[in-house]
Amino acid sequence: MQAWRIDVVVRPDQQDPMGDAAARALRSAGLDGIESVRSRRGYLLAAELDEAKVRLFARAVLCDPVVDDFVVHAPTATAPAPAPGSHFVAVVPRPGVTDPVAHSVQKALVDMGLPDVATGTYRVHDVRGRVDAPALLAAAKKSLANAVVQDVLLDALPAGLPGSVGRADLAVHTIPLANLDRTGLEKLSKDGGLALDGAEMEAIQRHFQTLGRAPTRMELETLAQTWSEHCKHKTLTGNVQFEGRTITNLLKNTIAHVTHTLNRDFCVSVFVDNAGIIRFDDEDSVCIKVETHNRPSAIEPFGGAGTGVGGVIRDVLGTGLGARPIANTDVFCFAPPEMRSDQVPPGCLHPLSVLKGVVAGVRDYGNPMGIPTVNGSVHFDENFVGNPLVYVGNVGILPTARAKKQAHGGDVIVALGGRTGRDGIHGATFSSLALHTESETLSSGAVQIGDPITERKVMDAVLRCADEDLFSAITDCGAGGFSSAIGEMSEGLGAVVELEAAPLKYQGLAPWEIWISEAQERMVLAVPKEKLDRLLAVCREEACEATVLGMFTGDNRLVVKFGGTVHADMDLHFLHKGLPPRTLQATWTPPAHREPALPPEKDIGRALLAVMADHAICSKEWIVRQYDHEVQAASAGKPLCGVREDGPSDAAVLAPKLGSARGVVLSNGLNPRYSRIDPAAMAECALDEAMRNLVAAGGDPDYTAVLDNYCWGSTQDPQALGELVRATDALCALALTYRTPFVSGKDSLHNEFKAKDRTIRIPGCILVTAMSVISDVRNTLSTDAKRAGSLLVLVGLTKDELGGSVWYKTKGELGRNVPRVDHALGAAVLRGVHRAIAAGCVLSAHDLSEGGLAAAAAEMCIGGKLGASLDLTAVPTQGTLRDEQVLFSESQSRLLLEVAPDRLADVRANLHEVPFAVIGEFTTARDLVFHRARAPIAKVPIADLERAWKRPLDLDGTLLQEVSR
Amino acid sequence: MSSPRVLVLRAPGINCERETLHAFARAGGAPEFVHIRQLLEAPERLDRFGVVAVPGGFSYGDDISSGRVLAQEMKARLGDRILGFVERGGLVLGICNGFQVLVRLGLLPCTKNRLEEEVTLTHNLSNHYECRWVTLRTEKSRCTFLPAGLTLRWPAAHGEGRLVARDANLQKVLLDEGYAALRYVDDRGQPTERYPWNPNGAPLGFAGLTNASGRVLGVMPHPDRSYLPTHMPAWRRTVLDRGELAHDGDGMVVFREMVRVAKAES
Repeated sequence: MQAWRIDVVVRPDQQDPMGDAAARALRSAGLDGIESVRSRRGYLLAAELDEAKVRLFARAVLCDPVVDDFVVHAPTATAPAPAPGSHFVAVVPRPGVTDPVAHSVQKALVDMGLPDVATGTYRVHDVRGRVDAPALLAAAKKSLANAVVQDVLLDALPAGLPGSVGRADLAVHTIPLANLDRTGLEKLSKDGGLALDGAEMEAIQRHFQTLGRAPTRMELETLAQTWSEHCKHKTLTGNVQFEGRTITNLLKNTIAHVTHTLNRDFCVSVFVDNAGIIRFDDEDSVCIKVETHNRPSAIEPFGGAGTGVGGVIRDVLGTGLGARPIANTDVFCFAPPEMRSDQVPPGCLHPLSVLKGVVAGVRDYGNPMGIPTVNGSVHFDENFVGNPLVYVGNVGILPTARAKKQAHGGDVIVALGGRTGRDGIHGATFSSLALHTESETLSSGAVQIGDPITERKVMDAVLRCADEDLFSAITDCGAGGFSSAIGEMSEGLGAVVELEAAPLKYQGLAPWEIWISEAQERMVLAVPKEKLDRLLAVCREEACEATVLGMFTGDNRLVVKFGGTVHADMDLHFLHKGLPPRTLQATWTPPAHREPALPPEKDIGRALLAVMADHAICSKEWIVRQYDHEVQAASAGKPLCGVREDGPSDAAVLAPKLGSARGVVLSNGLNPRYSRIDPAAMAECALDEAMRNLVAAGGDPDYTAVLDNYCWGSTQDPQALGELVRATDALCALALTYRTPFVSGKDSLHNEFKAKDRTIRIPGCILVTAMSVISDVRNTLSTDAKRAGSLLVLVGLTKDELGGSVWYKTKGELGRNVPRVDHALGAAVLRGVHRAIAAGCVLSAHDLSEGGLAAAAAEMCIGGKLGASLDLTAVPTQGTLRDEQVLFSESQSRLLLEVAPDRLADVRANLHEVPFAVIGEFTTARDLVFHRARAPIAKVPIADLERAWKRPLDLDGTLLQEVSR
Repeated sequence: MSSPRVLVLRAPGINCERETLHAFARAGGAPEFVHIRQLLEAPERLDRFGVVAVPGGFSYGDDISSGRVLAQEMKARLGDRILGFVERGGLVLGICNGFQVLVRLGLLPCTKNRLEEEVTLTHNLSNHYECRWVTLRTEKSRCTFLPAGLTLRWPAAHGEGRLVARDANLQKVLLDEGYAALRYVDDRGQPTERYPWNPNGAPLGFAGLTNASGRVLGVMPHPDRSYLPTHMPAWRRTVLDRGELAHDGDGMVVFREMVRVAKAES
């Protein structure tokens, strides 16, 4: 379709940061000979506009009159050739991929009273210099675009706007199952991307046999979506045979069992809603949900991570009768960013590209939503190369009186927000299959690009409607789209849906595609008839599209029509309860690891610098600063702290009700490396670390809820499933001792990558997220050292536990003695430290995790711009340990406290039975000094530690400027 | 004297309206939300207010150019009325995206008393969004409510904050004739173009502008995220040094002074 092309260029006398960034990216992709790169922003407007209007619009809206110029190319004109001595590359969204900028352009046209015509966008980079054209194209494809969603053109501009998608197939298709044997059923499932196994297909076959008919395509797709691992968690709710016992419904008998046994009075709603809800104060509750968006992020990191953020925000928005999102969290696992390209299997993006794309995706979704991203962490392991993990979390606040929802027969089904397109079809089933070399190309339909402004409008509309009590139930459209959202809401009720009413992004979608599309930014509400007009009016005011899709009934049938024709008529009982339980075999044989026989560390200072520079420990400031962590003005404890706001924080502190000091503390714990030795250690250390972080910042261990988020390689393999069961047992045992109920959780259990010659499986990971409610944020702490002369108090016991430690990793070793948690000691430490902090006798606190005592002390010094002197003989240990073991052991349940000398007695009184010792003091001399009694061991300047710690992820090259000052 | 009424503008994508409202209320104003649709339908509403605040956010997604679509809408349908509002003594505050809107609208710096784009807020030299606390100095400026000579710490959080004037002459006018109300300063208190003290690379360290009559203020960093004492990154150190928490955060001065002036003039 022909279109006007408008190129907006930064005037030559102005700086062009986008062009400069493209030059850096092309150079780092190995392109030689670049002199300069200038950028152009390109817009396509349908040819039906007249030229005067196009120019008016370009001048008023597309171009910045202070720094830009623009050029209009007529629809029939061919693109001008590049100037001599230069080339250009154009990056163009592929047809069918959501283009939020084009969407805004269209909106601006309408606002200016111009015709509502089709629009598109592209970016051009004009490259001057002696560059080889094919090399430029290759470098641009690698560093300026993602082939899944964008095309790159060399010395050419897009010919016009994508044409229409074609006519939709509106017929009702039936899929005969009656004559298929198990193999045939499995093949049908595989070919259709249904991700159902033989037993499940047979259950469907039997069901339709008793009905005496074949399922329609829409019915089969609905079952596949609803029964997907993503939606039903059939592994964790299945039966597992492990070490001579049969666990029926693993989730219910482990995780949920802990919560029900503890029966904490602050729990308002657990495991039944989109998010777990706990009481905040007399009026309000806070809710929290953590999700993963691993698959989409592996294929298209920017879109995958962004839509992950968007999805978990909608989860919280759809909790109870609408919660207001107040904070985002994110935790990532990547392969090491310095991995050599030839080590990256075909079909995988390079881990540095994944990291940059994921960070940009979270940034460009979370920031425009006006929700602060306040807490997170990043972890690295080679085996994340094919399956990076992207955990995204969200916290919301809602009136406790509105924590429960119930749709009623007769309520109208209303869809809110974004339009439906072909994006994200089969996302739920796609996430239940292993990735392989060709997933990048085969699964692009499952990729979604976010449009945060649309979601912001949805959020504003939903929260206003919630305030006016205009709906009786709400849920988000996530995996499975309408089929899952409406299917879930109508359980026990029934629904009639008229799909023809659903607004589409473009024509050409078959009814079953509309039904299961995972197009973003959509919510479904159940609205009492008498409130419908008001709800639609509020949505109009908030510029949020709202459409009536049907009605909830009372016959427990899900009927989906298109233009009067029935495409699905299903028994909801079978849809929700008909899934046959799985029985899986699990076993666990401890892997044969051994402790390394390392020679005594000769240069402890150098060893510490190496530990600080490990990716597990190094500064994440480059990431943190790209996220808005201040919006909503609730922040009382920031992700970075200290004199120059560059020290790492243990947890986020928020006071979400403006004017009130009552607060929330948010933290997380995860250590994938321990999983390689023992998943039980990994799991309990995750909980202990989350709790240490939380308590160090001032959280209350007796008013804390936790979340479990599983990411596993596979559960088909009995050993892998055994690892999962073992990890779960350890996690639950510790949670019972700590009295921390699980209020929500999620799992992603198929994170393996089938490369040509090998299968790469991620280490089993459980992310534990902890959230505490506190009465006053003014009683919280940061990790940075406050005053020279204050004492360093080490709480807890240091053991020979270096298995999986960062120090071993810097030596190329894994080891065997992985840290385990002493339950009673751990509980006593958390509560003792909390008492001391609550009594106001601690100046700063920091938990000991990766890198042990040495790294924790170094981080406190970096934040406070002070030195410290530590006497290793004073450290309470179990048995006799060498210096490097004392310094780098990763034993759990340990914290460092900064205490003024005159408050030491108070700290002692609050810690009572817990082992602790004064091990040194903070000093004005900016060195970290270790000694035994008087004998010096090492002395490292804080500036050296800071440089080592900041350099590894200093991706703009700007973090070291202040270090020497 | 009653509390001055403050219009806190809402629009699709604006997302700092709650904290802006709360800050004005804490300062003794009587703030209320007005959606841009309501305002466009009945522009005379404007005249009932003493102060207009355009909060931060990503109006209309900001994906063509920050603030441009909202500014275009306001210019086309409210333009002269806004000028009239300021001429009659109204005060206007634009924070972050709100500042971008006022600049695109031409209400800032408005050296010739007509709505014309004289400066822009364009891409940070880093080419990406960044959130960090900055140190600002309030200059001797035309601004009728912002006291000069203060050193303030506010968080900046933007991707397009580099204030560029149309030409060198205008840039000099902004500096010499009191339009530059706030500048980024380095650790020695000197105005700076250097990262990280100046997060976007704005020439001469310009962080905020006022207009000819000094009744309009636009700022890139956020007073609406620094008005409570616990907003300040160093609040724990303040408690240690002074023995107690400060009464306000550094951003409070803007809201307090705007309310004070609006009240005195009402």
